[in-house]
Amino acid sequence: MPKIKGSIITAATWVLVLLFFFPIGWMVFTSLKSEGDAASIPPKFLVDLNFDQYAIVFDRGMGSYLLNSLSASLGSTLIVLLLAIPCAYGLSIRPIKKVQDVLFFFISTRFLPAAASILPVFFILKSLGALDNITALSLLYTAINLPIAVWMMRSFFNEVPMEIVEAAQIDGANLRTELTKVVLPILMPGIAAVALICFIFAWNEYFLATLLTTFTARTTPPFLASFVDGRGQFLAVLSAASTVAVLPVVIAGWVAQKQLVRGLAMGAVK
Amino acid sequence: MTTASIAPVRQRTPVPPGEESGTATRLALKKKGRQARALVMPALIFSLVLTQVPFLVTIVFSMLQWNQLRPSEIKFNWFENYAVVFTGPDFLPSLMSTVVITGSSVVLSLLLGLFFAVLLDRKFMGRGLARTLMITPFLIMPAAAALLWKWSMLDVNVGMVNWALNALGLPSVAWNTDLPVVTIVILLTWQYTPFMMLILLAGLQSQSREVLEAASVDGAGPWRTFQWMTLPHLRQYIEISTLLGTIMMLQAFDPIAIMTKGTGGTKTLSYLLYERAFIGLDVGQAAAFGVVTVIITIAVASIALRTLFKVFINGGDR
Repeated sequence: MPKIKGSIITAATWVLVLLFFFPIGWMVFTSLKSEGDAASIPPKFLVDLNFDQYAIVFDRGMGSYLLNSLSASLGSTLIVLLLAIPCAYGLSIRPIKKVQDVLFFFISTRFLPAAASILPVFFILKSLGALDNITALSLLYTAINLPIAVWMMRSFFNEVPMEIVEAAQIDGANLRTELTKVVLPILMPGIAAVALICFIFAWNEYFLATLLTTFTARTTPPFLASFVDGRGQFLAVLSAASTVAVLPVVIAGWVAQKQLVRGLAMGAVK
Repeated sequence: MTTASIAPVRQRTPVPPGEESGTATRLALKKKGRQARALVMPALIFSLVLTQVPFLVTIVFSMLQWNQLRPSEIKFNWFENYAVVFTGPDFLPSLMSTVVITGSSVVLSLLLGLFFAVLLDRKFMGRGLARTLMITPFLIMPAAAALLWKWSMLDVNVGMVNWALNALGLPSVAWNTDLPVVTIVILLTWQYTPFMMLILLAGLQSQSREVLEAASVDGAGPWRTFQWMTLPHLRQYIEISTLLGTIMMLQAFDPIAIMTKGTGGTKTLSYLLYERAFIGLDVGQAAAFGVVTVIITIAVASIALRTLFKVFINGGDR
């Protein structure tokens, strides 16, 4: 009897999970149809599937937008790591006064809405001629992701056994060797998790990308809307473009889902 | 995630320059402190320059009469913009929209997230795959999610949701135009349920199995065990997920810009600011809206911060 009850709950769980996932599965399915089939009601399930829409997507120049997204995301993730690793190390291993104040400051900048700074940023970039500039966008993404990275990194540093560090210090290791040779190798999984989270947020960012870029530096999220066509059918090509746009982050998130939860909770949950 | 727990803050008492400690130790400590500051400074300065300085400039902007159509007439009008904000017809409805949309999305995604977390905490066939599928909506680019829901799912002619409604004998609904608030809430709930679920699942899995088994041996039914043991244990996880979720959804801009363009009660504070500055071209007023938004966010965030810190510090052994 409990066994039957168990299988009923399992079946119900699967139905609900698949229902929840349906929009994504449907997006991929639609992207493989022709425009006519994609827009038919009732929906057609037995149709010819092909990759024609993907060819159209890249014909419309999606490649360069993806490339822009990639450079903004990778660039900002790299700078975040360069700034956050030493910072978190300083906050966690060396005795520094006011550690909590510094942490508090970082986290509060994460909570500051983009509304707080978008106007000056816009006008400063405009006067510098740095609108539509991928470097400027990367630096802003760095500022957005830095607090999460510092908090996450610190929670990883806190797990490094002090004995190892002290042993290295007794052996006469200076700060640089201590950090690069002793601590960092232990932390590689943590660093990978931080990098992943920063990459995801930068890749998916829309608000700043819409306001601060127009063409040369435009990233994928604002570009997607251009597939909506007031005159004709566009569901299939929009689905194909969306599938391409979400693929890198979805795969990365699937691979690293164990680290994801910790990063999302700013290191408060393991 | 089998060893999920709340990470403690490593309490490191700064060693006071005690009278007994020799000059050598004191020098070493001083050096250590200097090194620590040198490590922290670059990140700190970067953050200050890119976030705090612009905010201060926003405050200055908010006291200017500055319309982009009349760039030659920029001058200080001090608190006039704020007077317009608080007495004008836009602020209160916009605040209400923000509260309604954020509030209902947070509550719904929390409840759904808890529900799915409980379901996925059981051992069953293909649990790993089910979890992977469940977290995917959170990974989807918000702009893509908004476009897909707007057209593929909710469109009045070709949307799957309306097709399903018709199949059940119900009439189609023009979600985007007739029920814009519901549309935004549906989207936000769908995107943030996985976030809530992940954190709550970590909480569920950190419960000690022995205690739960002991409870069931003592004759407590599953519902009573959940109510008296699991929910109190989950409390801090619920707090973290609610607060972080609130902060993220409070700033949601993409779905509104893409799906409803602020119509029908979806003009949240962040969308209003965007509209004022980049469509209405009134920089001074937009800045004033921005400052007010920040103050409201800080009010919410300070509660969030206190909770986060409490969790970090209580998690430790001392």
